[in-house]
Amino acid sequence: MNLEIILHAGLATGTILLFAAIGEIFAERAGVMNLGVEGMMLLGAMAGFSTSLATQNAWLGLIMAIFAGGILSLAHGLVTIHFQADQVVSGLSLTFLGTGLALVLGEGLTGQNPPLIPNVSLPILASIPFLGSVFFTNHSILVYVGYLFIPLTWYYIYKTRPGMHLRAVGEKPSAADTLGINVYRVRYFYVFVGGCLAGLAGATISLSVSPGWYSSQTTSGQGWIAVAIVIFAQWNPVRAAVGGYLFGMLRRFILDLQGPALLFGFQNPIFMNHNLSFFLQMTPFLLTIVALVWGSQAAMRKRLGSPAALGIPYIRGERGL
Amino acid sequence: MKNPFTLQIEKRSEDIPKWLPLVTSLGAVLVAFIFSGLVLKMIGGQPLRVLGFFFTATFGSWGVFSDTLVKATPLIMVGLACSLAFKMKLWNIGAEGQFYLGAFFASMVVLVPLVPPDSPKVVVLTAMVLMGMIGGALWGFIPGILKAKYNVNEIITTLMLNYVAIYWNNYWIFGKWSDAGFQMTPMFEKTAWLPRLSDYAKQFNALSGITLHLGVVFGLIAAFVIWWIIERSRWGYEIKLIGDNPKAARYAGLNISRNIILVMMISGALAGLAGMAEVSGVVHRLQERISPGYGFSGIIVAWLSKLNPFAVIIVSILFGALIVAGREIQPSGIAFLLQGTILFMVISSDVLLRYKIRLVRYNEEKA
Repeated sequence: MNLEIILHAGLATGTILLFAAIGEIFAERAGVMNLGVEGMMLLGAMAGFSTSLATQNAWLGLIMAIFAGGILSLAHGLVTIHFQADQVVSGLSLTFLGTGLALVLGEGLTGQNPPLIPNVSLPILASIPFLGSVFFTNHSILVYVGYLFIPLTWYYIYKTRPGMHLRAVGEKPSAADTLGINVYRVRYFYVFVGGCLAGLAGATISLSVSPGWYSSQTTSGQGWIAVAIVIFAQWNPVRAAVGGYLFGMLRRFILDLQGPALLFGFQNPIFMNHNLSFFLQMTPFLLTIVALVWGSQAAMRKRLGSPAALGIPYIRGERGL
Repeated sequence: MKNPFTLQIEKRSEDIPKWLPLVTSLGAVLVAFIFSGLVLKMIGGQPLRVLGFFFTATFGSWGVFSDTLVKATPLIMVGLACSLAFKMKLWNIGAEGQFYLGAFFASMVVLVPLVPPDSPKVVVLTAMVLMGMIGGALWGFIPGILKAKYNVNEIITTLMLNYVAIYWNNYWIFGKWSDAGFQMTPMFEKTAWLPRLSDYAKQFNALSGITLHLGVVFGLIAAFVIWWIIERSRWGYEIKLIGDNPKAARYAGLNISRNIILVMMISGALAGLAGMAEVSGVVHRLQERISPGYGFSGIIVAWLSKLNPFAVIIVSILFGALIVAGREIQPSGIAFLLQGTILFMVISSDVLLRYKIRLVRYNEEKA
């Protein structure tokens, strides 16, 4: 039990949730809810892992993972944007489809050792006391990419013209259309971006943070937690990042609670009875619910909410949002 | 030169013909099979042999057909659970967890025990049915009240509760109720077993080895009850109204919060009943992985049946077959892939119900 280790590991595992949640924020900001994050992540994890194994190049694996997530998301895009199918059901089926594809194509990958994305320490920054060793020492390169992602996506969504188009399409597509924005194209694009980021999140697991292929256990529900974080974060990438990192730290903290015989000077009940750890394993999921209740309360008070057109297909020339 | 033909998509103005939904659904399943076959071919499998194996392993004899029906039994109940909730556009993705809680509560009857161990079979089984439904309803109540009171997204809460339910069960089967350290409880007494057809093998020789149990009757009764609720009762009309047009329902003065909680609880109770039937009719003990994802397959079953309770029965048999065959087909993900593809194709094919696609000659269009 060491605060520095918990924070350090939390940043690493939080990066997975960060990528997935920010990807989902892009899609939902454009008005398309994609519940297929878990499936896209798993497919990305598999594609990255197997490509890295086949080519002996982790970076090619990473690119393949991004590509795989993106391609899979286009199926969701086609069905929901053009065929106007229900986004919830389509997203669910995407999870099934992605999981199935990943399990079938990932057959026999367990136990293999492909090259991984390297861990590095940043010069100068790493020598800052405490913060340096938590934030800038011996992290995967992807963790640093994650740091950069937070301000960049925030700036993109809130301060640039394409970001404004993105929000317009998610809030009032008919008005955006009147202004000459191609609603369909924007939606396809951000669904694709969301898929790419989910794929990246998957590869972050399999090629970096907890390397390996453990079939459906590779993602173990993190895609769903990412979806919950998006709601909790009220579609704001900065809040999503904070949520992701906090969750990562929590996971590590729970893991550490199970080890020692003495905890804060007391006898550790979990050490005495290992079955109690099942309750610990529940906590991330229970806390997700608590966070959602809290987030929904805050949203209702401040009259904040989801993008107004979220979940509603846009049909040109028809009355609607 | 331009294409001589263009595809023109028109919105349907007339009613859709009665046969069309059936045709598109069947077509969707067919396309899903072909797609999965292509994936299998790509990785070097032999799709046709797998398909042949699929049929002999699931419909080939009375024995395997009974296995298929045994797997279809929980799917019928879970599929109905999802259908009812989906009618109200209430996304209960938590049938898996409700199934586990139902199994847990039903097991409590035997393991705590809640009724004296030497009670007659009728008493034990009735208690198990009730407890199973209570367990599932409880697990549906939580997301229901959170949605009704705090507007918390039920998709996420039901999903998260799935994980919680599985860990909860694990705690008991690994610990307190473990059978000599194995990850399962001791076998239930015979009084806690649902009657099976093979129990009557002495009188009718043909029934030996037929494992079909009374749970399937629960499923059929449930299908009728849900059909009656949705199609014939006033309450069912309310549910459909809330699902189709919540605004109108609110103006009509319907109590939406109460309906959300009620529907979630009934949906959960059905999934819990499925869990009870599985522990009491099939495994006869509580153990790990009593469900190979019934809760999730139920979502697909409900959607493929277009939320029609009687269609749920038919579709469940197909999916029961998928589960039976999936246990033996390698690679194991192929059943999952097939389910996901089927659902995807079905929702894609729905576009054909809303739109007509016509081939139009170029010069005709000009004119």
